[in-house]
Amino acid sequence: MPTITIDALGLDEGGLLLVRRALAELPAGAALTVRGAGPQWATHLGAWAREQGHEMAMRAGPDGAEAVLTRGPWAEGRWLGAMATGRSTLGPGEEPAARADPAWGLAARGATVEAGSPPIAFGLSARDEVWAVTAGELYAQAAAGQWDPQTAIDWDAPFDLPPAIEAAVAQVMTYLIENENAALVVPARHLGQVHPHYREVQQALALQCADEARHIEVFTRRLGLRGHAPMLSTAGGQASLHSLLQAPDFSTATFLLSVLGEGSFITLLTFLQAHAPDPVTRRICRLAARDEARHVAFGMAHLEHRLAAQAGYRTQLQAAVEQRHEALAPTAGLNEEVFDALVLLAAGELTPEAVARGHAAVQQMKADMAAGRRARLLRLGFEHEEARRLSDLHTRNFM
Amino acid sequence: MTRPALVMGAVAYAPKVITIWEGFKAWFAGQGLGFDYVLYSNYEAQVEAQFAGEVDIAWNSPLAWVRAGRMARSRGVSVEAVAMRNTDRDLRSVIVVRADSPLQTLDDLRGRTLGVGAIDSPQATLIPLHHLRAAGLAGGRDFAVRRFDVLSGKHGDHIGGERDAAVALLAGEVDACCMIDGNHLAFGLDGTLPAGSTRVLATTEPYDHCNFTTSPGAPADAVARFVELLLAMRWDDQAVRPLMYLEGVRQWKPGRVSGYPQLETAVDEAAFYGPDGAILDADYHY
Repeated sequence: MPTITIDALGLDEGGLLLVRRALAELPAGAALTVRGAGPQWATHLGAWAREQGHEMAMRAGPDGAEAVLTRGPWAEGRWLGAMATGRSTLGPGEEPAARADPAWGLAARGATVEAGSPPIAFGLSARDEVWAVTAGELYAQAAAGQWDPQTAIDWDAPFDLPPAIEAAVAQVMTYLIENENAALVVPARHLGQVHPHYREVQQALALQCADEARHIEVFTRRLGLRGHAPMLSTAGGQASLHSLLQAPDFSTATFLLSVLGEGSFITLLTFLQAHAPDPVTRRICRLAARDEARHVAFGMAHLEHRLAAQAGYRTQLQAAVEQRHEALAPTAGLNEEVFDALVLLAAGELTPEAVARGHAAVQQMKADMAAGRRARLLRLGFEHEEARRLSDLHTRNFM
Repeated sequence: MTRPALVMGAVAYAPKVITIWEGFKAWFAGQGLGFDYVLYSNYEAQVEAQFAGEVDIAWNSPLAWVRAGRMARSRGVSVEAVAMRNTDRDLRSVIVVRADSPLQTLDDLRGRTLGVGAIDSPQATLIPLHHLRAAGLAGGRDFAVRRFDVLSGKHGDHIGGERDAAVALLAGEVDACCMIDGNHLAFGLDGTLPAGSTRVLATTEPYDHCNFTTSPGAPADAVARFVELLLAMRWDDQAVRPLMYLEGVRQWKPGRVSGYPQLETAVDEAAFYGPDGAILDADYHY
């Protein structure tokens, strides 16, 4: 019979670990001798054995009383019917399970889950509804690309702008913040619904939310940097963003927000980087654009997966763009305050020649946005004409 | 309304009681036994309900078993302990002092203060006081008793009284305190009593805890089926394992009455119940 000696180590001081490990080596019904020297070891061992369903008897040993523990069958019983939950690390070309069982719950992917674990309802528990082949890669890029708003931006960089230009910056920042609020809230609403089995997607979305939180911070800080208060938020702008919250599912929301909206936003941020009147604005737009590019990449990768798995889903995407267009038709689109602010930033001053330049630059930006949307739609397999049509139906509010 | 084949009484000492019995009720139904349960806020009402015909069987504390037995004998009827948990057998209580306490023997308790659990706790009050009395020490005469009453009427099912007494021990408010052996280990593991901070001064003789007690005239067939199903319940079965876990049982065992004489004596010594089960202790409010 195997014997362990726990010496003076109390069962409430870690001694149980030694007993449990020694018992685990034995089959049910086999016995283990335990010798101890602490003051309460036998009392505690008896209480523990009773609770765990192991038989225990005391007998005289060579160095005083010793306990004979007979292992009960309960530990084995607990793992009967336990569930396998896939592989923790996916190999090349390997995908997670097509359906994630609610009973896998919050367990690490790959863990053995005890049968009878409470089912946890995750709305997004089918692979094709969330998966992106590059999700893990994009998460890693995002983790590596996180920047600290405090140190990544030289908030003390000297600049002095005429009041009209500073006001234009403040209006654009006001607009950017409300768009970033949508860009945070939309993935956040879906994030909590993603079954943790799709870990890479969960992680990518979590960092997407973190990115947007940072963007909101830096745009807010730039807005107030010279003492300006936030400016105007229009009904049309909010209606456009509201429609993103109403998207019927994750794929459609991702399509509208990331593929079409954030894709257009990269062009806007690039435009601002080129035309910003001060180094702080240039810098934050550059950093934000870099993050947005990852969000677009995730959105594209997800839609590519979804359409490969379910070609007919394309019709749903078309319908979503059309419905959104219809819903937003009575609204004003991009508010003229934002439009004028963008023109003024590109113009740099309020002379007719400069404004003409600025206006042309904004028109070019809008053309670039449309071209980008078309290119992405083509990549997702839409026909040429359809891509053009859908791109043109995209909200005039950009996001 | 048609009465199900078997109606059981249980005391609602914690919210989990509903989870447990709703779960078992569904499981019994799946096995073809019409079963329902009635919750009581205290064991006294539950035992009285057994004699009023309200329930066929009751999930009784050891003290409730003692009272049911006394009431039955005095009325010329019979009640039976038909099943219990594996964990209800051979419990011991311990009397604990601080590790650096000068108390080395039970006799050193003279003139000191002992912290006990609820007034109606077999494990933390009645049995330890009996153990001391057997050693010639009577509470109130040879040492002071300080009660940590939590949820009277629940017969000590609520662990709070034992925990409060343990905390008072560490704080120096009492010189010794009483608890079930498993709780001494549990309090060590959860940090209530840091390991090595206390010492066991005495350990009681083993005693049994809860049992399913039949009511007088309980339907024999339904009781037999109930016991049969309980004994067949498997920890391996995921449908009941979470319930068994909540109930603190690995395996249901047939009832036995050999583990209650100590408590019977303790009840008499404390003048807690009369021979007919009447409640004698005027301080007992529930």
